[in-house]
Amino acid sequence: MRYLAEFRDGEIAQRLAAEVRRITTRPWAIMEVCGGQTHAIIRNGIDQLLPPEIELIHGPGCPVCVTPLEVIDKALAIASRPDVIFCSFGDMLRVPGSHKDLFRVKGEGGDVRVVYSPLDAVTIARDNPHKQVVFFGIGFETTAPANAMAVVVAKRQGLKNFSMLVSHVLVPPAIEAIMSSPTNRVQAFLAAGHVCSVMGYWQYPPLAEKYHTPIVVTGFEPLDILEGIRRAVRQLEAGEACVENAYPRAVTFEGNRPAQRMLAEVFELTDRAWRGIGVIPSSGWRLRDAYRDFDAEARFDVADIQAQESAVCRSGEVLQGLIKPNQCPAFGKQCTPRTPLGATMVSSEGACAAYYNYGRFA
Amino acid sequence: MCLGIPGRVQEIYEADGVRMGKVNFGGIVKEVCLDYVPEIAVGDYTIVHVGFAITRIDEASAQETLRMFHDLGILEEELKPEDHIESVAPPACPVNPWGGAGGRAKSNNQDKK
Repeated sequence: MRYLAEFRDGEIAQRLAAEVRRITTRPWAIMEVCGGQTHAIIRNGIDQLLPPEIELIHGPGCPVCVTPLEVIDKALAIASRPDVIFCSFGDMLRVPGSHKDLFRVKGEGGDVRVVYSPLDAVTIARDNPHKQVVFFGIGFETTAPANAMAVVVAKRQGLKNFSMLVSHVLVPPAIEAIMSSPTNRVQAFLAAGHVCSVMGYWQYPPLAEKYHTPIVVTGFEPLDILEGIRRAVRQLEAGEACVENAYPRAVTFEGNRPAQRMLAEVFELTDRAWRGIGVIPSSGWRLRDAYRDFDAEARFDVADIQAQESAVCRSGEVLQGLIKPNQCPAFGKQCTPRTPLGATMVSSEGACAAYYNYGRFA
Repeated sequence: MCLGIPGRVQEIYEADGVRMGKVNFGGIVKEVCLDYVPEIAVGDYTIVHVGFAITRIDEASAQETLRMFHDLGILEEELKPEDHIESVAPPACPVNPWGGAGGRAKSNNQDKK
């Protein structure tokens, strides 16, 4: 397939890795923010191509993993109602809540449906006027324009039976939270390419300058990731700290303006709790007042649900890059993709699942 | 979650006031919302995420990146080790559109005047 095969060439990957080895003189810790990149790195063994001085720290960029337990429990409460058709992206179904997951709700008779696009949920609402249709609106800036459009289309069509459980999270505040943490070890960041396709990368130069940390906008294919790493290492070795775009075929400085206008129309900033990390100020989006009628939390009165995390699971430390998945005592024992204790073991983009599925036990 | 798949736009139409299209992913054709890529035309490549085109793939940039990858290391093999030069490395701290090598965040930097 075009724009995939060319960026997976093994011979060029070896050359890029050799170039990284050539320019590396000291140990460096680089974080790939996005879970999709974590998955690609482990699947393709990119970390094993690098010199031992380069440590890749896996970041919190998996929305499935960072959606707070309270929100999962709210989803479960809403999905259990007999009058509700609950629509979600597939990877949310096995995320453990306090007592069960959406699959269990489905097994117990709940109408839980996996959709490919948020617009499919709007169609389901139109076709089922006697049911309440709720869409689980999670994701980063990449996914938010799609969810925003679903709300706008539902409003335009005058649908009274459609709502959205919104738990959107934003990448730049998370990067800054990591940069400013006293325990931070990350010396350079690979920014998530598709988030930047939507948002551009104008938010990053102030961060690179304030924390004197290189940020490289990076794509998802093996050669894209190696090129992102090469540019980050080059900057680190030269003592520079600026923002580079290593994914120019899909990312411009200003990003996707029509999508940004739609996001500004539908969403406003809010503080957001990240599973395993805690509350990060202004790190999420919620529906604006003009669209509050479509807020499932208000419609179904689930605002009071509180939850308690597993005491064994150390996914919070994994998400912050403080430990590797295989350093958690539960990894591969009580906690496997079939019996996940935390969301990082559920999502295919979670660091724990990537380590388990590709046999990184030591 | 932020997975985006490149595909080729093969048809554009409007449905319920939304710009939609058919996008071909190496033989598999899916209906995709094209509202966020108003400039896209039939034959263009786009990256699709959860049924939405989020960006048009810039052909020239893609070719330039691939050319840079292909050139990587070739010059060095022909030169002596002590002649190591930054043959294909990007320029040091590329100029960003806001000006200032260190990634400064002011658009109308008065020092530049």
